Amino acid sequence: MSHTYELTHLDALEAESIHIFREVAAEFERPVLLFSGGKDSIVMLHLAQKAFWPAKIPFPVMHVDTGHNFDEVIEYRDRWVADLGLKLVVASVQESIDRGRVAEQSGPRASRNRLQTTTLLDAIEENRFDAAFGGARRDEEKARAKERVFSFRDDFGQWDPKNQRPELWSLYNGRINPGEHIRVFPLSNWTELDIWQYIARENVELPSIYYAHQREVFRRDGMLLAVTRHLAADEGAEVFTATVRYRTVGDATITGAVESAAATAEEVVAEVAATRLTERGATRADDRVTDAAMEDRKKEGYF
Amino acid sequence: MSELLRFATAGSVDDGKSTLIGRLLYDSKAIFEDQLEAVERSSEAMGADYTNLALLTDGLRAEREQGITIDVAYRYFATPRRKFIIADTPGHMQYTRNMVTGASTADVALVLVDARKGLVEQSRRHAFLASLLRIPHLVLCVNKMDLVDWSQERFEEIKDEFRQFATKLDIADLTFIPVSALHGDNVVTRSDNSPWYGGASLLHHLEEVHIASDRNLIDVRYPVQYVIRPHSDEWHDYRGYAGTVAGGVLKPGDQVMVLPSGFTSTIAAIETTDGPVAEAFAPMSVTVRLSDDIDVSRGDMICRPNNQPTVGQDIDAMVCWMNETTSLTSGQKLAIKHTTRSARALVKDIQYRLDVNTLHRDESVEGLALNEIGRVRLRTTLPLFYDEYRRNRTTGSFILIDEATNNTVGAGMILGPAT
Repeated sequence: MSHTYELTHLDALEAESIHIFREVAAEFERPVLLFSGGKDSIVMLHLAQKAFWPAKIPFPVMHVDTGHNFDEVIEYRDRWVADLGLKLVVASVQESIDRGRVAEQSGPRASRNRLQTTTLLDAIEENRFDAAFGGARRDEEKARAKERVFSFRDDFGQWDPKNQRPELWSLYNGRINPGEHIRVFPLSNWTELDIWQYIARENVELPSIYYAHQREVFRRDGMLLAVTRHLAADEGAEVFTATVRYRTVGDATITGAVESAAATAEEVVAEVAATRLTERGATRADDRVTDAAMEDRKKEGYF
Repeated sequence: MSELLRFATAGSVDDGKSTLIGRLLYDSKAIFEDQLEAVERSSEAMGADYTNLALLTDGLRAEREQGITIDVAYRYFATPRRKFIIADTPGHMQYTRNMVTGASTADVALVLVDARKGLVEQSRRHAFLASLLRIPHLVLCVNKMDLVDWSQERFEEIKDEFRQFATKLDIADLTFIPVSALHGDNVVTRSDNSPWYGGASLLHHLEEVHIASDRNLIDVRYPVQYVIRPHSDEWHDYRGYAGTVAGGVLKPGDQVMVLPSGFTSTIAAIETTDGPVAEAFAPMSVTVRLSDDIDVSRGDMICRPNNQPTVGQDIDAMVCWMNETTSLTSGQKLAIKHTTRSARALVKDIQYRLDVNTLHRDESVEGLALNEIGRVRLRTTLPLFYDEYRRNRTTGSFILIDEATNNTVGAGMILGPAT
């Protein structure tokens, strides 16, 4: 510990996130941590562990499962949930489809991305969750750059970007009426580079697909998509083997890989520091619809 | 070691603020190619003949449609020396509310003036709000210097005028930088166009400005946020008080007092998941264990017996009102959140409203409307453990919440006990 009383930026970000976790645990009855198996939700889980140590994390984790998973991610999820002694809630998009809550899209580019919103909101309502931690960061996307750390959702789960509560100092307003909830974003002020620097510093274990590996892929709209049991190559598209890693991990049918030889967190840090494309721009088909694709989904209640 | 610095900018469309931020982001490689391409596409679609960097931050549909900035936007960039968080606040709509929000956590305020126009009403307002929110460092960027032929005389004129105005304010550290955001002069690197300017470029200044001593390292203030009790076999009797240090330096072995009970004890250990630490200071999040088994819960304050915060229910504060539909009036009851303590507050009196442009005090007002700031007397249902805002921005600040709508409607900076 230095005697200049300075913190590194990672220490300052960590302290802010821990403060947010504790504030929610103190003020809400039934919080839940939304866990996708992506690196941001893994870092969230790591921070939550730090916030309550030596006690267990005092809330369950919930996975909104599109059914289109990478096997490595599900294995990781189950192992960590068991290790930490947490309760896992799986909210299944397939079940929402079977129950007639949503209809599956058809065609070669069908995606369950948007369907997740209904599954998520139904699960929040059924479990009477009043706060849901999400791993979204403000540097990811323009609409997210304007969202509060404590983001109010009305009784339809909707976000109203024009009518947000002012948020000052580190004083968070978590007051809600029954049926409403707050989405909480402890990683709001982290960037992709911060996340990777932190993963390297803390030796946070990630699913192997975040590091360079060989995979059968095809090109679609300039992105590399993996051929999996959930996704066949587009007609006429050339399937080839490439050395890739994932920058984000979501639904396997819409998440693209990037060509990379980075095999460790340190190598990824170096690569991220030099990259000229945002992670969503490079790897997410779901954000490519319009300028406001994210805002529109968020208003409906998306992550 | 890379430190975190938060700065707030404010300004309107034409003073070049977006261009300046765009320049900082672009030159520090924080703007990505796909973002720039998207902005170029949108600029073209909107019929602009230049790349409108404001579109990088104006992300909401309504903002893009109307060409205005509605809300505070947070932007991020880093150099090897520091990571920066920019709170970019709009110049017109909801100006005060947004600026106060962005300024509440800022270490540095960036105020832009157009070299041709000099100080305008808005520049004075920016500077006043920065001083009210006690942002420790203010940088006045005199922009568009290329349009006044890099006249040193003009720069000195604006500097003198601002210095004179600043004597009425309380600004600890004031810096003036002549820039051209459009051409990048003195933004990232020093410009050959201003050989008479001996100071640093804006980015260099932001990298070097000393912020560590801005925090209060004297008065120990530790608001208890959460009590950690594992209830496990391994940690059977463990009882830790989790929180974020709000002031001073805590060390194991220190004698401490817990408010409101007044019980004293010593710090047995300061713990984190990564092991015990020898000292804790703001804004570290830690867990404190005490040597004695005394009753401590969320909302309590740990301090030193010989250095306690003020304990009281009658408080004078500067309040910024942030609600469109109601006004702040005497007799009103609101919820108040101060550190980790929540209570209710009764508005006893609105002493005056402050004109943010002229600093004139209007004592005849009945209430404060949206975006108005005034001196207010409150009585709270529970005692608060507070310091003057000028001494500690964490223990001196609070928010007011409308109990009917649950909206955050006011931001308060404590002046002291009601006199």
